[in-house]
Amino acid sequence: MRRRDALPGLGLTLGITWLWLGLIVLVPLSALAIRPWELGLAGVWASVTEPRVLASLRLSFGAALLAALVDLPLGLLVAWVVVRYRFPGRRLLDAAIDLPFALPTAVAGLALTALYAPNGWLGAPLAAMGVTVAFTPLGVVVALAFVGLPFIVRMVEPVLRDLGPEAEEAAATLGATRWQAWRLVVLPALGPALASGLALAFARAVGEYGSVIFIAGNRPMESEIAPLLIVARLEQYDYAGAAALGLAMLLLSFALLLAFGLVQRWLRRGMA
Amino acid sequence: MTIEVRGLMRRYGGVAALDGVALAVGQGEFVALLGPSGSGKTTLLRSLAGLEFPDAGEVLIDGRDMAQVPARERGIGFVFQNYALFRHMTVFENIAFGLRIRPRRQRPGRAEIARRVEELLALVRLPGLEARYPEQLSGGQRQRVALARALAIEPRVLLLDEPFGALDAKVRKELRLWLRGLHDRLGLTSLFVTHDQDEALELADRVAVMRDGRVVQFDTPEVLLARPADAGVAGFLGDAAPVACEVRGGQAHFAALPPVAAEGVRDGRAVAFLRPVDLLAEPGAGAARVAAARQDGRGVRLTVELGGMLLEALPAQGWVPQRGEACCVRVLGARVFPA
Repeated sequence: MRRRDALPGLGLTLGITWLWLGLIVLVPLSALAIRPWELGLAGVWASVTEPRVLASLRLSFGAALLAALVDLPLGLLVAWVVVRYRFPGRRLLDAAIDLPFALPTAVAGLALTALYAPNGWLGAPLAAMGVTVAFTPLGVVVALAFVGLPFIVRMVEPVLRDLGPEAEEAAATLGATRWQAWRLVVLPALGPALASGLALAFARAVGEYGSVIFIAGNRPMESEIAPLLIVARLEQYDYAGAAALGLAMLLLSFALLLAFGLVQRWLRRGMA
Repeated sequence: MTIEVRGLMRRYGGVAALDGVALAVGQGEFVALLGPSGSGKTTLLRSLAGLEFPDAGEVLIDGRDMAQVPARERGIGFVFQNYALFRHMTVFENIAFGLRIRPRRQRPGRAEIARRVEELLALVRLPGLEARYPEQLSGGQRQRVALARALAIEPRVLLLDEPFGALDAKVRKELRLWLRGLHDRLGLTSLFVTHDQDEALELADRVAVMRDGRVVQFDTPEVLLARPADAGVAGFLGDAAPVACEVRGGQAHFAALPPVAAEGVRDGRAVAFLRPVDLLAEPGAGAARVAAARQDGRGVRLTVELGGMLLEALPAQGWVPQRGEACCVRVLGARVFPA
């Protein structure tokens, strides 16, 4: 006999969840996992260890991580401002935060390129200072930071709102300086949310394509991201080679996200 | 420590949360700030702690002006309404917080901190819970952890914002008496905010009744009940029912009740505030009728219907009122204010 449960529907909902997961995620991913092996083990290895591929993976993951880390304090600051202060235009700012979500990434890429190009509004003064953003790895980081920021803000915001000013005030009445209150009370409380936001921003940045390819310049070995190489291989009908690179990205991302998850769990200890 | 407040003003937008508050609290007093929500009591409490900055007026603690003293240097224990415990810290870490963050030279040693925390946990009757996280505690336990955390810095002034607000009735009663005992034992000067008059009258040495950003009366519970400063205070305290009357020559005359003394009130229309203890109902032929009679732990609660009004009254000794029974009502006293 089946036990009755106060929350019925486990069978149905779990079934739909698995079906969805299977159709949308697992089937394509297993195709990705199967496809490369027609090259043979050595072929796959050679295909993903080409110097050009390694350089692109380094750039993709390095820039994504860097961009997520840049977004971390920035996103925290934005969330802080939106949650803690009341000022004219707050709602407008709140809505604008999500724009990178909604904007077609190619549009974002074109806009950023126009802005940071050597003759652009920001590019020209930066060029005068000797900094080139467009068509360099730095440009990649800028584009990825742009698309990643909302993830941090939206992860941190509800937790910060929930935390309220009381915890900081309590710390102050107990003798804490501003800095101590931040370091010992606010940051640890936001830790898990920051870690999730970092993971999401990073994941998004690794997979980002449209906004990057315009500003990156796509110079092999220098400013070429891995997803672009995948597209390049597809265009050459090298499906197995594209899948091999895709699989490599998948495994690397999975390992990194798993690590983020562990960090998050460690930060969350004690909090339900 | 003494606390003195003079002419305190605080506006939010166009609304005055504090509108010239004056208050003087002596060493060792236990004071309640009582008032409806929006009367400014929490703002006053927060101003004392340095969490709120008044637009005008002075806060003096032990005679010292606090205007330039930030919250962290005031050494005042503050218990927040929602306790504001640090969720990512254990009970031990929460309580030790105020000691651990001190500059190295004033910081007690590790063993000393552990000893102090243990002592405080015993004081708030939560021994053995140091490793728990706030999530794993009940409301009453959280409240006591918040209290222990505030007491860890050895404050001489303790401020509590609605300390019993989030607790159920039974726990609330227990904690009240226990808190009062603690205050006396530690020689604290304490202020607490409440909107519950029973709590204020039962617990406090003196009660500051607040309305619209002012202290309208600051007296002992006895004086507040016997001589409320105005109709507002009279109506707010002691479950008083307002009954219209007419004053002629120092006597208040009612439509359906016998007259009662109203000395010093000018002739004309007035309102008398009648508490259950002011009205004595006796069996016998009279204009009143028993509308409800209910037995509880404190005796019989009696409601009589009289001239279209429902009034709570005390039943005469030895009488067991029955619903619908006729009775007559005597007025033992009343606080009368011109209408």
